[in-house]
Amino acid sequence: MNADLAALILDSLPYLLRGALYTVLLSLGGMFFGLLLGFALALMRLSPLRLLSWPARVYVSFIRGTPLLVQLFMIYYGLPQLGIQLDPIPSALIGFSLNMAAYLSEILRGAIGAIDRGQWEAAASIGMSGSQTLRRVILPQAARTALPPMGNSFISLVKDTSLAATIQVPELFRQAQLITARTFEIFTLYLAAALIYWVLASGLSWLQNHLERRASRHSREAG
Amino acid sequence: MIEVRQLSKSFRGQTVLDRIDLDVAAGEVVAIIGPSGSGKTTLLRCLNLLEEPDAGSIRVGDIHLEAGRGGRRHRDQIRRLRQQVGFVFQNFNLFPHRTALENVIEGPLIVLGEPRAKALERGHQLLAKVGLADKAEAYPQSLSGGQQQRVAIARALAMQPAVMLFDEPTSALDPERVGEVLATIRALAEEHRTLVIVTHEMGFARDVANRVVFIDQGTIVEQGDARALFANPRQARTRQFLRKFLGDGRH
Repeated sequence: MNADLAALILDSLPYLLRGALYTVLLSLGGMFFGLLLGFALALMRLSPLRLLSWPARVYVSFIRGTPLLVQLFMIYYGLPQLGIQLDPIPSALIGFSLNMAAYLSEILRGAIGAIDRGQWEAAASIGMSGSQTLRRVILPQAARTALPPMGNSFISLVKDTSLAATIQVPELFRQAQLITARTFEIFTLYLAAALIYWVLASGLSWLQNHLERRASRHSREAG
Repeated sequence: MIEVRQLSKSFRGQTVLDRIDLDVAAGEVVAIIGPSGSGKTTLLRCLNLLEEPDAGSIRVGDIHLEAGRGGRRHRDQIRRLRQQVGFVFQNFNLFPHRTALENVIEGPLIVLGEPRAKALERGHQLLAKVGLADKAEAYPQSLSGGQQQRVAIARALAMQPAVMLFDEPTSALDPERVGEVLATIRALAEEHRTLVIVTHEMGFARDVANRVVFIDQGTIVEQGDARALFANPRQARTRQFLRKFLGDGRH
């Protein structure tokens, strides 16, 4: 590696890291709002009322059946035609949240549905209300099943935020693009961006393992 | 203490309970026996509304419920009734993510809103009562079936119910674990608690229950003093059932 290249990387690093910060914030935001909406969708889908379960079903089917890139374009480039003008970052955050919600709701629905009916009945038998049962009995157990796939979804989201580059969000990939356009050191910069994504994803995998171990405490202690 | 009138329940057009009348006095121990599919478990589950009956009424203490109602008030009534009625399941249904002690204090803490210190103190007492004082911190998975069922009994007792219902409490246990659970229930009977027990343990029913109710095809065929009914069943169907059960060498 020659001195010029080293200097270029050093010069670019602040821009790349600032981009990475957007990547992280978009991921966290998408996960947070995705979880809230996804939880609501999961409860709707588990409801015996068609009026609730059916819209949730259609929503999940639509989101999972269409490319994320198309969803982002509809929000950022499409909505202004309907009179709704959003900046790049809010557009991306909304897009990622809506997208994550669909996937997370499927994971949560599966995890909640997998809990033995006896657990609901045991909670009911000591007089717990529906929301107490969810909070104290069902969700702690469902979380154990849901954590690994939710972690995987989150890692996918971190990488998928690179799509936000196409709607002008100055995240990691966009920063790399901008610098390559100026310097033509294409391979080096995309490699640098790739390495940063890799570090982020590895850190998250580690965190995921840590959380999974904690969540399965009670089964590990079983003699 | 319990008053059931004209209770009916059907699943997909199949009548499981047909206009059942049943009274249980305070302090009485009632065993419900009958062949599988006779409706005895459904009857028990209707008593705390784990199954919603199609018709009839249930009274437990001062709480009265009519079948077929809906809405918020009805649901509140159901919750109040359940707090009065302890239920012990065939498969224990302990909360696997909580220790034995946490299982026992969950109801007092969350449903009754007791202060933690008080709930803990009673939780320890109840675990000692079922012979598991040393297992307070154990998770259900590390306990035997018999131990889990005793924790489940302590969990139900923690709500200080007026009535305890047992749904085949020993059916899921290894034979060598049955005795410890029956002994625990027997101890409750000796405290003159009101117990309703669905069971296949005929010897236990005869010795511990004051009254035995024999159910077949969704109706009460015969009921009466436990020893008298076992010694002298009046109905042909009861005789047939008991002959099959007592004749297979189990008792």
